[in-house]
Amino acid sequence: MARWIKIDPVTRIEGHAKISLLLDDSGQVADARFHVTEFRGFEKFCEGRPFAEMPGITPRVCGICPVSHLLASAKACDQILAVDIPVAAEKLRRMMNLGQIIQSHALSFFHLSAPDFLLGWDTPPERRNVFGLMAANPDLARAGIRLRQFGQEIIEHLGGRKIHPAWAVPGGVRAGLPETGRDAIRAKLPEALATTRTAIALFKQVLKSHEQETQVFGNFPSLFLGLIAPDDTWEHYDGKLRFVDGGGNVIADQIDPARYKEFIGEAVEPASYLKSPYYRSLGYPAGLYRVGPLARLNISKRMGTPLADEELRHFKSLGWGAVTSSFLYHYARLIEILASIERIDHMLDDPDLRSTRLRSDAGINRLSGVGVSEAPRGTLFHDYQVDPDGIITGVNLIIATGHNNLAMNRTIAQIARHYIQGNTIPEPMLNRVEAGIRCYDPCLSCSTHADGHLALQITLLDHRGQVIDEVVR
Amino acid sequence: MAAKTLTIDGRLISAAEDQTVLQAAKDAGIQIPTLCHLEGLSDIGACRLCVVEVAGSNKLLPACVTRIAEGMQVRTDTERLRHYRRMVLELLFAERNHVCAVCVANGHCELQALALALGMDHVRFEYRFPKYSVDITHHSFGIDHNRCILCTRCVRVCWYIEGAGTKNVAGRGAECRIITDLNQSWGTSETCTSCGKCVQACPTGALFKRGSAVAEMERDRTRLEFIVNAREKKQWIV
Ligand code: SF4
Ligand code: FES
Repeated sequence: MARWIKIDPVTRIEGHAKISLLLDDSGQVADARFHVTEFRGFEKFCEGRPFAEMPGITPRVCGICPVSHLLASAKACDQILAVDIPVAAEKLRRMMNLGQIIQSHALSFFHLSAPDFLLGWDTPPERRNVFGLMAANPDLARAGIRLRQFGQEIIEHLGGRKIHPAWAVPGGVRAGLPETGRDAIRAKLPEALATTRTAIALFKQVLKSHEQETQVFGNFPSLFLGLIAPDDTWEHYDGKLRFVDGGGNVIADQIDPARYKEFIGEAVEPASYLKSPYYRSLGYPAGLYRVGPLARLNISKRMGTPLADEELRHFKSLGWGAVTSSFLYHYARLIEILASIERIDHMLDDPDLRSTRLRSDAGINRLSGVGVSEAPRGTLFHDYQVDPDGIITGVNLIIATGHNNLAMNRTIAQIARHYIQGNTIPEPMLNRVEAGIRCYDPCLSCSTHADGHLALQITLLDHRGQVIDEVVR
Repeated sequence: MAAKTLTIDGRLISAAEDQTVLQAAKDAGIQIPTLCHLEGLSDIGACRLCVVEVAGSNKLLPACVTRIAEGMQVRTDTERLRHYRRMVLELLFAERNHVCAVCVANGHCELQALALALGMDHVRFEYRFPKYSVDITHHSFGIDHNRCILCTRCVRVCWYIEGAGTKNVAGRGAECRIITDLNQSWGTSETCTSCGKCVQACPTGALFKRGSAVAEMERDRTRLEFIVNAREKKQWIV
């Protein structure tokens, strides 16, 4: 008999998901599936639109990381125009992306994930959230909220609004950074830096008391994918694709992002609207790879700024070759915030930013364009085809959370195997599975281009596919 | 020219005898919402947003094409009028695909501004979601029929100010649409002078400069007025 247990409040992930765990006849967890059950169809309804509208339409996929879509889309459009964008435009786009990384990572760490490991797994769910964190550690919670705000303000100073700024356009950007904005950002940098360093120190403490989580939360060798600068430095806006394996060896490098299809296959599973991308030469599902903060740090030799580089060295010491535990996504996220703050600090005085040449002009010079950038959650691909007038005839989006689909399944299975014995879903297991998923900071509205309530449903199936237990939050 | 006196919203007003209610109200500083009307163009009374109540008439009359009369008593802002104006807007929104958030004219659109001003906070009619195409075959401009409200400003400006006669109306009822020449793609038009007046005249995002991104289509309507004044009144006042 299926048993429904309703638990409020809803879980801290972005979107609507369902998890199935399959037990073999001896009652051991055989497999796990993370299903995303909603569908939005952006790829379909963008067909027929003038391509210049795409940077306005596609960010509507998501309210958390609209900037990532904005930038990937604008970059795909730059390709269609076949232009180099003005230097200032590229630097400003980079700055906005850094603001985006700060705000999104701060949200993931302070609002969504920190309550788990700072308040403890056994804290009742109604207190294991950002409000509970506020009660237990008001200074930290407030600082975290302000850090996110700082990131959002950078976006606002550049684009005129925090969410969905229609700012990056084919060929460049629409406006520069006003002096008032520059001063406001500069004034807030020290606090942002202090908050990030506190969080890093805190997380290092957490690591000491969470050895088991580090072992069990998605700890397995896999490939890692991300954009990389020519000199092996961390990259977030441009650069080439690199894959490394679980030992940290580079297995494919300097791949022009436009050729992504030669390297990435996309499997579609019947039970989920989330596509499952894999590395082609290893096949499906062996070609499992991870993207996002953990991957970006694994493929980089340096962050490019002093404080972040120091942290990167410590981070690298946590693995052999590559850092393979998904629990360390959190740490990687904090290091990326640190790097973003340092980079913004360096950029503020750049005289290029004052240029008024912000937009290159051209007609339709290519009939397709691929735009790739690093979204907070990982490598984001926008691939467009247009007719000779610039009307969109085909769209393919590969979203960060999608890349991580197979890795999330593997993570859930690993956690379930560790915590489930028998036919019921014990409460600690539920918490841990959620937290395991949250390491990836999945954004389901993005990845299926779906929206809906935040909810998680876990179903336990026996070897005949019969439901033996079910938990809904 | 003889003057006539009338009352608008209780105010006694004197106006030239050939004026419309809309002009007389405007001269008196009374704003009546309009959509198909554009200064410098002849009026056709198509949108019915400018409807007013006139004492002695059961029907609502479009102010833009109703001449004033001696002793006329006009009301421009009653509950009944607001009700119908909102309904007109709702029907316009339901008829085609107006998605402000991702429209090139977002923030600079007369339809959107009116919906805001007249308190149209939702649409009670079922949306039709028609499938219309976008024509960006012209080297400088594009037309998105999804956003067209068939005000025919573009047609009138093309015929009567530019004199090219490129833009026309074809079809009836729900099939009605703006066409170029003999219903061909804009880029193949032999009459279009690429003057861009239609783009300046359009109240929505239906006509736009090619390559416009979201919210980029700002227009300068005073240019049309300038041309008309220059031509008809020999006044070159900016
Ligand atoms: S294209 Fe614009 S100006 Fe022409 S009829 Fe449609 S809405 Fe009016
Ligand atoms: S403005 Fe009078 S009917 Fe349109």
